[in-house]
Amino acid sequence: MLEIRNLSFAVEEDGNEKIILHDLNLSIENGKFVVITGPNGSGKSTLARLIMGIEKPTSGSIWFDGKDITDLDITERARLGISFAFQQPVRFKGIRVKDLLRLAAGKNLTVSAACEYLSEVGLCARDYIDREINSSLSGGELKRIEIATLLARHTRLSVFDEPEAGIDLWSFQNLIRIFEKMRREIQDSSIVIISHQERILNIADEILLLSGGSIRKRGTPEEIMPGLIGRSGVCEKLQ
Amino acid sequence: MVKLDAIQKRLIEEIADLHSVPEGAYNFRANSQLAGRNTTANIDIVSKEDGSGIDIHIKPGTKNESVHIPVVLSQSGIRETVYNDFYVGEDSDVVIVAGCGIDNCGSQDSEHDGIHRFYVGKNAKVKYVEKHYGSGDGKGQRILNPVTEVYMEEGSSMEMEMEQIKGVDSTDRETRAELKGDARLVVKERLMTHGTQTAVSGYQVNLNGAGATADVVSRSVARDDSSQTFNARITGNAPCSGHTECDSIIMDNGHILAIPSLEANNVDAMLVHEAAIGKIAGDQLIKLMTLGLTEQQAEEQIINGFLR
Repeated sequence: MLEIRNLSFAVEEDGNEKIILHDLNLSIENGKFVVITGPNGSGKSTLARLIMGIEKPTSGSIWFDGKDITDLDITERARLGISFAFQQPVRFKGIRVKDLLRLAAGKNLTVSAACEYLSEVGLCARDYIDREINSSLSGGELKRIEIATLLARHTRLSVFDEPEAGIDLWSFQNLIRIFEKMRREIQDSSIVIISHQERILNIADEILLLSGGSIRKRGTPEEIMPGLIGRSGVCEKLQ
Repeated sequence: MVKLDAIQKRLIEEIADLHSVPEGAYNFRANSQLAGRNTTANIDIVSKEDGSGIDIHIKPGTKNESVHIPVVLSQSGIRETVYNDFYVGEDSDVVIVAGCGIDNCGSQDSEHDGIHRFYVGKNAKVKYVEKHYGSGDGKGQRILNPVTEVYMEEGSSMEMEMEQIKGVDSTDRETRAELKGDARLVVKERLMTHGTQTAVSGYQVNLNGAGATADVVSRSVARDDSSQTFNARITGNAPCSGHTECDSIIMDNGHILAIPSLEANNVDAMLVHEAAIGKIAGDQLIKLMTLGLTEQQAEEQIINGFLR
């Protein structure tokens, strides 16, 4: 279980303090599939990065399975069972898909095991396993490999930062299918997804609406979605 | 019969991935002496009359054969210059594995300067692998100054992999190539320097015939207080295409000078160069740390991949 207590995060901008997250309190229970949504600049990605330890909070604490992890670094949190999918996956010269999957799994992977993770994300292992994770891969391919590395980790908490960003329509259909499957097989682990996508919001157990650095609403898709769609702000002619 | 002691065997493993005597032709040189030689029906190795090195003759049409010519120095204070000339017959397809390992536990410098000349016949294909390695904790320097000259006839191709990852204190490498029509040269250089090591690598590739192509790619890592210079020039004298790239990771107090250069003497010469120097990207470290690696482990993985 993940617990966030009185978490605040501020940055300095032009000599002034800019508050990104303000006194946030939140708990995500095991077995839950939670989607955090909200307008651009509401602090969603910052929250995800704070959970992984990529950013350090200004104040407040983060607890994971009853342990205060606020002062733990990224590696320590990863080893405790937290994983993180980047909004923009990182490229590496010379590191191959199989190397990254092996590092994610923390052990030597057989080709058939690697194939399992890659086929989950709609990639044929034969075509990809020896490919370098460099600029020869498209944004959609990188995104799918990023998700495969999380599948290979089997962690207790998986955080996805805007998994839909930068992927094509075909990949998106697959992405929804992956998340539906993860939700079915969630057992006692939990999944947190930062997303704007209605179809991802619809499969959530719970939606958190973050706005202006605070949680404005929390509830099931049935409770939250009508209000969200009504607040889309799109003018009548475009609807 | 090859007679090598334990240190020499370890050096051979490092530079040639050899755990026993290889199949095919070979010439082992240890502490300036011939330690073993084998020739085949198609590949002959003969010592030069003046004792300055060896000539390797590969018959035309020789396919799928290999030549190993490792050199090891395990006595401190040896300084030698060796000339190895390869005559690769037309239409042959061979792998040549060279390399030098120096173990210097003494206080005197050890130096091996290998001068390799390749005469690659028409339509012949050569894969050349060269590794350099140094070990030993003596005060004496481990010095390697290889010179490689490649003369390529029409339609021939040569792939060169050159690697120097560990333990060589000083190296000044020079590679020159002359390509006739439709000849193809691919160079993959991998270099890592530590401590106060210095490495200089220079290339001069002349594309002299129509359809000649060259691709010279260097990846390097400079750590600690080490220093590197990469100086690659491709000259297009005919309708041809050439590409050179040097990509480096700088760490600690390293110094890297990259000078890719191009020269065109023909309107249909297409030449491209790229150079990049930078530290390891922070997001690469973070990504690997989110997989449970420590920062140091992440750094190792990134460098290992980069130098693959």
